[in-house]
Amino acid sequence: MKKENIKFIQGNEACVEGALYAGLDFFAGYPITPSTEIAELLSYRLPQVGGKFIQMEDEIASMSAIIGASLTGSKVMTATSGPGFSLMQEALGYAIMAEIPCVIVNVQRGGPSTGIPTHVSQGDVNQARWGTHGEHAIITITASNHQDVFETTVHAFNVSETYRTPVILLYDEVVGHMRERLIVPKKGELPLVGRLRTSVKEGVDYHPYLPREDGRLPMSDFGSVHRYNVTGLFHDMWGFPSDNPHIVHGLLRHLVDKIQNNVNQITRYKEHYLNDAEIVMISYGSSARSANHVVFSRRTRGEKLGLLELQTLWPFPYDLVREKCAKAKYIVVVEMNMGQIMQEVRKAVDQPEKVFLANRIDGVFITPTDIRNILRLIQGKGV
Amino acid sequence: MAKPKLKSHLINPEWCKGCGICVHFCPKNVLELNDNDKVFPARPWDCICCKLCELRCPDFAIEVEIEQDEQ
Amino acid sequence: MAIKDYIRERFFPHIWCPGCGHGTVMNSLLRAIDSLGMSKNEIVMVSGIGCSSRISGYVDFHTLHTLHGRALAFATGVKLSLPELNLIVPMGDGDALAIGGNHFIHAARRNIDLTAIVMNNRIYGMTGGQYSPLSGYGTLATTAPYTNIDQSFDTVNLATAAGATFVARSTTYHVQQLAKILKQAILHEGFSVVEVLTQCPTYFGRKNRQGNAVDMMESYKKNTTPIGSKAKKENPDLIERGIFVQEERPEYCSEYDKIIKKAMA
Repeated sequence: MKKENIKFIQGNEACVEGALYAGLDFFAGYPITPSTEIAELLSYRLPQVGGKFIQMEDEIASMSAIIGASLTGSKVMTATSGPGFSLMQEALGYAIMAEIPCVIVNVQRGGPSTGIPTHVSQGDVNQARWGTHGEHAIITITASNHQDVFETTVHAFNVSETYRTPVILLYDEVVGHMRERLIVPKKGELPLVGRLRTSVKEGVDYHPYLPREDGRLPMSDFGSVHRYNVTGLFHDMWGFPSDNPHIVHGLLRHLVDKIQNNVNQITRYKEHYLNDAEIVMISYGSSARSANHVVFSRRTRGEKLGLLELQTLWPFPYDLVREKCAKAKYIVVVEMNMGQIMQEVRKAVDQPEKVFLANRIDGVFITPTDIRNILRLIQGKGV
Repeated sequence: MAKPKLKSHLINPEWCKGCGICVHFCPKNVLELNDNDKVFPARPWDCICCKLCELRCPDFAIEVEIEQDEQ
Repeated sequence: MAIKDYIRERFFPHIWCPGCGHGTVMNSLLRAIDSLGMSKNEIVMVSGIGCSSRISGYVDFHTLHTLHGRALAFATGVKLSLPELNLIVPMGDGDALAIGGNHFIHAARRNIDLTAIVMNNRIYGMTGGQYSPLSGYGTLATTAPYTNIDQSFDTVNLATAAGATFVARSTTYHVQQLAKILKQAILHEGFSVVEVLTQCPTYFGRKNRQGNAVDMMESYKKNTTPIGSKAKKENPDLIERGIFVQEERPEYCSEYDKIIKKAMA
């Protein structure tokens, strides 16, 4: 293996590598701990491949700029953390409504508000789902190690193009800042989904918002032969505003169904020892690293633990979770918030009273010892 | 150059909202609003084809068509 | 008329009130564009939210109707990613200078090649007549029932101070000047700002007893004057019309192209 393919880098850099591999053309962002390295690295790397980087005046402008750039045919991304993510919500809703492919990285830190900028949390899970106003669906992806950061970043660009929707990459400060090995795949090793452009000829009526048979919506770059309208208002197939109840209902259903009906295609996860697990741990992001450690070390002592590591948080894979937890005595969700994914797991399983939370919310990374102590309490074994 | 000669005032009553801007600012008082508050050329013979009505109309409702000279 | 080629006729008559100046601005803008002979496919119009911003739905270009105040940020993304495009950004006064104020000064600072048109009717029309940062001390509005105590911006000074390299002002009365100014603003390679005084007879006009559309346009004729005119010297309260700033300075996208060359070397 060529030495250049192996890197020892931060998670933020692994995300940059994944984005460039996926064909990122345009990045607009604003510095914020702990995501700043993504902007810094891209300011250096993007022009090297003819791409464009701009540091905008704030996060609102950053999110707005990437939407504009996406409409000229670019693959686009921005990166931020909690406070910036809050600012981006309105424009994120715009991208959802106008069906604009784009990737938004949120490297989570302690919140709410200014919180604890250099410390970890997983507090933005529900914000990723519901941060922007109005009924909508969203795709949110996460990872616990750098190889997965790379692959989930590529996956994010792919589903963003496939479903013509913004995708949130919800990492956290531990994964973002820690250093670990990354093996950069060769060109062609990971499948890439390109921008789907319409084959409708000039002069023929093009509908920017009419799905094909296979559900995909071909786009047309600003500057090419089809002139249409893009708006955040409810709109018809040509992109012009409408308040007709039939159109409103149809569009809203479409925006939600195109994601909710494709949970299986969008979902990514990893599983360890689930076949005979009596205690199923469910985790994601950096928490999953500790959960993973607990599972492996307990297994060597004969305890039947298993881990379901979620890489897709939204749309939440309820059926998958129910299936994997069906035979479990206990289900323990490991996360660094007050049970945001635990609530979803409770909704998924047949016996919600079996679902417990092993968490930490003080800005300190949750350790295998933390998890083990909570497990003992759950099992009635005391401290 | 010969003075432009009016061919006609092309007025779209569906688009005209009767705001009165063209009527008031016509330098030759050519235009008026009819009973339906739509503009019409009351004195077309006075039109000097300055086209200010056409330039100022917020609704694209009036066009001054000029006679094309046979060169 | 030739400019009908540039409108989406199926949506006419448009939603603006009888006598609203925005229609006249659109009229002058399309004449300016027509005189430049560009292909419609080269033009992207990016607007915000408000009565002014509805203009994008009526014109036959690539149109992007964005969020309140954010048109210039969206436009920056469009332009930087594909600099060959011609970007026209019509916004309302509140849209551009209240919620959009930050994006306004930064777009000017960057000198990115966009043409910003501030359609200044001194009011928030679409939401029913609230005051804007351009309403002015002593005026009335639905949210200033005891008269407005807010001082107003001078758009020209603000744009100039922020770094815009083409700054101009005209009115809906002065349509020939307006079309000429808009043409030059579009041709200018850098950040252009054209402020247009445009009448809102329905709200600003009615609340402030300025009469109807005709009366308001008469006041634009009476209360404005060419830059540096004798009338201005005699009466400093007159508002100046014309081109205030027209400079050549490095444009943002071409500067970035140099960065790309440097990075790829």
